[in-house]
Amino acid sequence: MAKVTIDGIEIEVEDGTTILQAARKIGGNVVPPAMCFYTPLKGSGGKCRVCLVKVSQGSTKDPRPMPKLVASCITQVQDGMVVENTTNEEVLNARKGIVEMLLINHPLDCPICDQAGECSLQDLSYEHGVSAQRFEEERRTFNKVDLGPYIQLHMTRCILCYRCVYTADQITEKRVHGVLGRGDAAEIGTYIENVVDNDFSGNVIDVCPVGALTDKTWRFKNRVWFTKPMDAHRDCPTCSGKVTLWTRGEEVLRVTARKDQYNEVEEFICNTCRFDKKEVADWTIEGPRHIDRGSVISANHYELPVVNVPIVPNLPTSTKKNLPQE
Amino acid sequence: MGLKILTEHINVPGIETLKVYRKHGGYKSVEKAVKTMSPEEVVEEVKTSGLRGRGGAGFPTGMKWSFLAKPEGVPRYLVCNADESEPGTFKDRWFMEKNPHALIEGMITSSYALGANTSYIYIRGELLFVLRILEKAIAEAYAAGLLGKNILGSGYDLDLHVAPGGGAYICGEETALLESLEGKRGNPRNKPPFPAVKGLFQSPTVVNNVETISSVPWIVNNGGAEYAKIGIGRSTGTKLISASGNINNPGVYEIELGVPVEEFIYSDQYCGGIWKGKQLKAVVPGGSSVPILPANLILKTAAGEDRLMTYESLSDGGFVSGSMLGSGAFIVFDEDQCIVRNTWNYARFYHHESCGQCSPCREGTGWMEKVLHRIEYGHGHQQDIDLLVSVSKQIEGNTICPLGDAAAWPVASAIRHFRHEFEWHINNPKEATAPGAVYRGQLDAVTA
Repeated sequence: MAKVTIDGIEIEVEDGTTILQAARKIGGNVVPPAMCFYTPLKGSGGKCRVCLVKVSQGSTKDPRPMPKLVASCITQVQDGMVVENTTNEEVLNARKGIVEMLLINHPLDCPICDQAGECSLQDLSYEHGVSAQRFEEERRTFNKVDLGPYIQLHMTRCILCYRCVYTADQITEKRVHGVLGRGDAAEIGTYIENVVDNDFSGNVIDVCPVGALTDKTWRFKNRVWFTKPMDAHRDCPTCSGKVTLWTRGEEVLRVTARKDQYNEVEEFICNTCRFDKKEVADWTIEGPRHIDRGSVISANHYELPVVNVPIVPNLPTSTKKNLPQE
Repeated sequence: MGLKILTEHINVPGIETLKVYRKHGGYKSVEKAVKTMSPEEVVEEVKTSGLRGRGGAGFPTGMKWSFLAKPEGVPRYLVCNADESEPGTFKDRWFMEKNPHALIEGMITSSYALGANTSYIYIRGELLFVLRILEKAIAEAYAAGLLGKNILGSGYDLDLHVAPGGGAYICGEETALLESLEGKRGNPRNKPPFPAVKGLFQSPTVVNNVETISSVPWIVNNGGAEYAKIGIGRSTGTKLISASGNINNPGVYEIELGVPVEEFIYSDQYCGGIWKGKQLKAVVPGGSSVPILPANLILKTAAGEDRLMTYESLSDGGFVSGSMLGSGAFIVFDEDQCIVRNTWNYARFYHHESCGQCSPCREGTGWMEKVLHRIEYGHGHQQDIDLLVSVSKQIEGNTICPLGDAAAWPVASAIRHFRHEFEWHINNPKEATAPGAVYRGQLDAVTA
């Protein structure tokens, strides 16, 4: 076991836990954001750099601070480690800088994007972005590509988190898409114009943190905040059959896997459940799904009134005064 | 001329053949090491020698070797990084082309020290002709019993392979190199785990530069203490310097570390002074990724001492008034060179070579290139200079691998030392974009 202190809050976790996972155990606003790390996917993380934190004390044995900010999703905790996330201005500035980088080539077409309302990048920009734009040049653009009958790839919105690549590697038998090119010309693609076609291909839509991979059976049907999420299940021969239905009236507009508050799926589901079972009669409804994410969908929640959450809960007074003044 | 360790026999005709190479004392270190020394003794000699990595970072080689994890039943690997792609660096290519056996000898001795039974030379894809030379030399070494099973009857086995890369700068980063060698996309890995624990094929691996490995035979033959006598302080031994730019004698020079920079630029033994007797304007002392220094700061440190060609002296003053020895690519600029254009050129290179894995580098390198392009072609605004500084700070230190830093440093340092020139470009777009126009005004007096 290792004792770590994150933003002044102490917690004991198993050896080998990452800083991000330890912070998630504490919960609340000490949790660094994550755009590329995805717990169910082995090897993910370390790429987007928004989860950077300051390690001000390496461990009890070696109390020196780490020289650079570290990616909390891949850095394992040591006994006696002291981590600063929201209490460190350097971290917040670096994060602001990285959000700016993520947005310079992002089309900012949220008004017409299906992901709007449940988009990790949108949340991140609200929390850490700046309102002004310093990038004047032309943004990189790509054509929309259909990856088979169900999935559309809109590369312009992609932030290259590699989650869909890991998904295809780890839960499907054969990966046909990958990252082509390098630098800011890198793109997700199927070489050449291949079809992503297997029983679990739809999961790439669930793992995508932005609107780059969208469900063609749901595109432009509705906005997520108008739909009601319902937990439901069915007897499925290929997957667990446990899903969330997004309904409006009697109509099932979309089926997704059940996601937790960090947007991570509990169980991956198959394409039959996701794309073909769009009738209420196909499903046994369990009840409304409690959505506990930062996004618009939970702010507009019909189940609970919106509660004002304190910005950093349970902080000792000594660390509180170090908070940057907004 | 100082002592020559690597280049002593380099101009002997036929040195690329095993026969001539052995006649000039080649492969003595292999005999000495495998027959009379234990691997630990070889590592100890290298530690004593104070040899530091010649690829750019300057990390002590002996220490790197002693970090290598040695779990039971897991193979260990030595990988030679011959993916030399830093703009301005050409020493490894020249050295391997001229004297391939020196590298192979170093590989055998070093592999023996590390207990590796399979070793790789990862060579840059564009250097196909060097790859052929190396393969020919390796075949000769196999035939002479210097490679393969039971080397020189000692019971030590080693297989040496040469693997070409696809020609990406990023594959010179050690973890990206290992990914590429495994046949994957050359993306740098997250560290830790470091290659010394989990490297090639998830096994402990040491990655060393061509020059580092080629220095090992001399150390084994003459002893580490003897090597440590060459040079100054913690910069021991000799170093190959690829000198280029506006000098009379561009080329590769082997120097004893500690030669004054002024002597290196102006002495006829080395660069032979600035071309056509012009004024020295600036120097990039260690390859495109290290900070550029103006004439006054490259010849003397901020404290007024002579700057020497050593790791310590060149980095004296930190990044405020110093630079780095890096890979030893010494690029000289005379008074007619435009710093803005040069900085843009470097930024363009890093934009093209960023792997695109982590966001600050992927987006930031492109952004800097576009802003510099704008300034160079007369469309810059006054706030662009501060924008560049801010973007370079957003990249620096926040990326997976050092390519982000390498992209940020030249831009930040050019603005630090040549801010007037950037301002002149922005304020006088017509003059600045005229063919051959160069800023002739006062260079910034930079101290601290």
